[in-house]
Amino acid sequence: MSIDLPEAEAFLYREARLADTHDYDSWEELWTDDAIYWVPAGGDSATDPANNVSVLFDNRSRIGTRVRQLKSGKRHSQNPKSSVCRLISNVELLGDHEGDTVIGATALVVESRDDRTTMWAGRYEYRLRRVDSDVRMSYKKVTLVDREHPLNTLSILL
Amino acid sequence: MTTVGSRYQQLVRPDRVHGSIYTDPAIFAEEMERIFYSTWVFVGHESEVPEPNDYVVKSIGPQSVIMTRAKDGSIHLLQNRCAHRGNLVCEAPKGNTLAFRCQYHGWTYANNGDLLGFPYKQGYEGVLDKASIKLGRVARVESYQGFVFGSFAADGPSLKDHLGAATECFDRLVRISPAGEVALTAGWLKHRVKANWKMLLENETDGYHPQFVHSSIFSVATSGIGNLYSENSTALCRDLGNGHTENDLRPEFRRIAEPMGWFGTTAEKVPNYVAAMRDSYGKAAEEIMIDGSPHVMIFPNLFIAEIQLFQIQPLAVDQTVQHVTCMQFKDAADLNRRVLQQTIGSVGPAGFLLADDSEMYERNQRGVAARTPEWVLIARGLKREHVDPEGFTVSNNTDETTLRAIWRHYMTLMDR
Repeated sequence: MSIDLPEAEAFLYREARLADTHDYDSWEELWTDDAIYWVPAGGDSATDPANNVSVLFDNRSRIGTRVRQLKSGKRHSQNPKSSVCRLISNVELLGDHEGDTVIGATALVVESRDDRTTMWAGRYEYRLRRVDSDVRMSYKKVTLVDREHPLNTLSILL
Repeated sequence: MTTVGSRYQQLVRPDRVHGSIYTDPAIFAEEMERIFYSTWVFVGHESEVPEPNDYVVKSIGPQSVIMTRAKDGSIHLLQNRCAHRGNLVCEAPKGNTLAFRCQYHGWTYANNGDLLGFPYKQGYEGVLDKASIKLGRVARVESYQGFVFGSFAADGPSLKDHLGAATECFDRLVRISPAGEVALTAGWLKHRVKANWKMLLENETDGYHPQFVHSSIFSVATSGIGNLYSENSTALCRDLGNGHTENDLRPEFRRIAEPMGWFGTTAEKVPNYVAAMRDSYGKAAEEIMIDGSPHVMIFPNLFIAEIQLFQIQPLAVDQTVQHVTCMQFKDAADLNRRVLQQTIGSVGPAGFLLADDSEMYERNQRGVAARTPEWVLIARGLKREHVDPEGFTVSNNTDETTLRAIWRHYMTLMDR
């Protein structure tokens, strides 16, 4: 059973809240076992991740490592934690990928840490899947508008 | 602070450095002139412009330079500034072109910097000597093992003389490839930090910090890195001369004696690579695959960390961009896939390691702004470092021998 727009929006808002509030365990539970969490860098990174460096290209195992590192209390770049708030908008159903529902959205993530405020703006692509009765994400690609330029440290969940 | 000696002698002592050397904009300006615009600086790699007429925009400190490969195969470093009114002649980050054309008034230059022509030439008759007009160029361009360096100084030591003993590190690096070549073709991560460039330079070769800065990832993932930088490690830090420094991890890798152990894997995981290495190097292959790739900081801006390469780009006294890519070893596809994935995990803005290194540079920059105790200490290991049989000063891998080597060379450039 595919996922309709209101259900997708509800999922995206929930995921946004968990990432903003550093609720790492609940956020990690949203992923499927075959998940990919991807933030391309500049150049050919967004189209050819197998041959180009990305800012972040986590399979499910590495998502787990990322969460455990954040929870260790010694991830200095998130200790103290950033204050984060995001707007997610322009949500559209874009089709189907091997049975998963493809969702497009745009987001503006505002991060405040020390004396610096960083705006992470980008186009988001999700693939959502119903697992038992829950919606989960199997894929999330964040194409940053700033990806061709030098980026600040990215230690929050985008 | 006493006032004996020159200004720089007051700021840089054998065992300590004054905090203002990281925060004074006037010192930053002098560093650009005396270091980045006067000595050999790493710019890029020949593999970034593989074909005739390829170009890519690179940098020397805050200056943008276009690295081109001319029709005849020669490499040039040009400045992106039209000789007419100073507009840009190149807008794209990379491409392939015979000529750069300024879009302001149509002046056109060959990809070696020579002026090809300008529109409505009658107006310049008797005014300009066309042959004398060129794009600005970096005076000297030389390569070693494909790594391209530029120097704005027309005269001075050759690149090989500047690299000195560190040439051997490049030789070791390319031997990791069965074909004896590396390429930088996997794109770049660009990581901006609010810290002085020397904070990065020092941290790259500081074997004391990993156990503390990176304890979070060591505690949740299997990594051999931590042990290499412990008090009991047999690894060494080494002053290679001319400000180049090395963390020589080979003693640990030889102790473990596991081919590919340097890369945190085993020969069984990369069978095609191991077979190709044995084909190419015969018996020497085992030694190469045990010793691994070097961990070396080439003064002032190139850091080779086994499988990764960092270019430090100073922009202002408290602004630095770290450009990072991974080595792609020729004829080593199965190794390269792992090198790429390990690089994405470790370094760049979101890296398990580098995000925390960057946090430390930035905290350090804020820390040294405090008025007291004025000094930053670089004394660790001063009484236990020693000269090895080859004549290099070496010490325990956690010692600050490397930092002292950097500052000693810094003084030869700045205090003159």
